[in-house]
Amino acid sequence: MELPQHWRLADQRYRLIGEKCPHCEASIFPPHDVCPECSKPAGSLYTFAGTGTVYSHTTIIDAPEGFDGQEPYVVAMIKLDEGPLVTAQLTDLDGPPEIGMPVEMVTRKLRTDGDAGIIVYGYKFRTALEHHQDEAASSQDTAGK
Amino acid sequence: MKRNNHSEDTQDPLLKTLIEVGIVGYGAYVPRYRLPAKEVSRVWTGGIGAGPILEKSVPGLDEDVATMSIEAARNALARAQIDPGLIRAVWVGSESHPYAVKPTSTIVAEAIGATPHIQAADWEFACKAGSETMQAAIGFVGSGMAQYALAIGMDTAQGRPGDALEYTAAAGGAAYLIGPGKDSIAIFEATYSYVTDTPDFWRRPGEMYPSHGDRFTGEPAYFKHVGAAGRAMLEALDAQPGDFDYAVFHQPNVKFPERAAKELGFTQDQIETGLLAGRVGNVYAGSSLLGLAAILDEAKPGNRIFFVSYGSGAGSDAMVLRVTDLIAERQGRAPKTCDYIARRTEIDYATYARYRGKLAT
Ligand SMILES: [Zn+2]
Repeated sequence: MELPQHWRLADQRYRLIGEKCPHCEASIFPPHDVCPECSKPAGSLYTFAGTGTVYSHTTIIDAPEGFDGQEPYVVAMIKLDEGPLVTAQLTDLDGPPEIGMPVEMVTRKLRTDGDAGIIVYGYKFRTALEHHQDEAASSQDTAGK
Repeated sequence: MKRNNHSEDTQDPLLKTLIEVGIVGYGAYVPRYRLPAKEVSRVWTGGIGAGPILEKSVPGLDEDVATMSIEAARNALARAQIDPGLIRAVWVGSESHPYAVKPTSTIVAEAIGATPHIQAADWEFACKAGSETMQAAIGFVGSGMAQYALAIGMDTAQGRPGDALEYTAAAGGAAYLIGPGKDSIAIFEATYSYVTDTPDFWRRPGEMYPSHGDRFTGEPAYFKHVGAAGRAMLEALDAQPGDFDYAVFHQPNVKFPERAAKELGFTQDQIETGLLAGRVGNVYAGSSLLGLAAILDEAKPGNRIFFVSYGSGAGSDAMVLRVTDLIAERQGRAPKTCDYIARRTEIDYATYARYRGKLAT
């Protein structure tokens, strides 16, 4: 991919910025000129929450150039909570992925163009991080160390 | 709060702001992989000799200081809940920036939606680069130049295979959104810096691993600067160690901060919460900042926190914070430091060597 294209895609890659259709309210990702739901001109920018579930997945053993050194890795279709399906790599996996597994978006290195080229960053998804919201859980944690 | 007065400048070494400044949001990050010290000694010393820590954190293949800073920054923003467009500076302190030339800070700023009306820069000063960004952000906000500034200390530190540093050189850090005192979870009472030219640890351009002065790194380097900065701060504020609920120091291992704390008069109880090196290793520019995040995770309104960083070369930044009533509602808005430490996948030395690019191909 050429440098200008990486740069132009930064918003959608770094932050999952898509669109919200002003006509039928559909959430659209990646951004289109025309709404895929109602075929009217697509509208204003919309930042997705970055949460969803695994819809399907496959493991890549023989990686294309730029992704070599990462294999084996898992590419999944993620159903975002707002509706659209997104294809992305799963990262930080601790065992095989499962269909329906809740995941969240993180920004990671997607590929590097050799030792001298640019580093391309973008979204991947990982198992939603467990975090303690209540007082009791956090004091238990600190007491345990 | 006492305002700076130009007539006292020559006597008063503290760095103070014109308006009250504090931490509006904070966020930690530690990658999930752990290399136990016993794995390092198994490979290099036949398992003889205990490491200076239990285990250290290791970044995944797709992580670097930019991606880790982005996640910490998102956690800080989740706690602060402000419009990223109001941030006027994103500063990342590290000694492992992904590019030799091209800022990490612009990548982070873009990823959190803070561009383009923003100052962005990468900072260096070995392990002190993170606290420097905080002091600079305090100045930026405290002078009225900006409403918010984002300060980050983050590293993916590397040790030469077989070197003593390999037990501890780790990955992690924290982000601090600095802003007006009235919207802060903790207010900076004062900050202070103590710096000399000391060649205890360095890395020349093009070298992959740092060099260090072995035993020279302790007495004339770490202890001298941490001690001097800590004492100067206590004196200038006319405070006693007992006036603080928590203290946190740069932690290249567990022993150094324990001894520095003791020499200054702090107890084990005061440093326990912020002392994470035993379980995550030395996260360099992120070290004292990550410890401070762990303290803020459990701090209560009114608590006072004593902070001293250290960076080779050499210098220490000391800060004193007072926690406000706003802390309780913001602690749970993002993952806590202990959530990241609990998320743990143990790896062996071979996997570590692959993840850290230590194999020649
Ligand atoms: Zn539509």
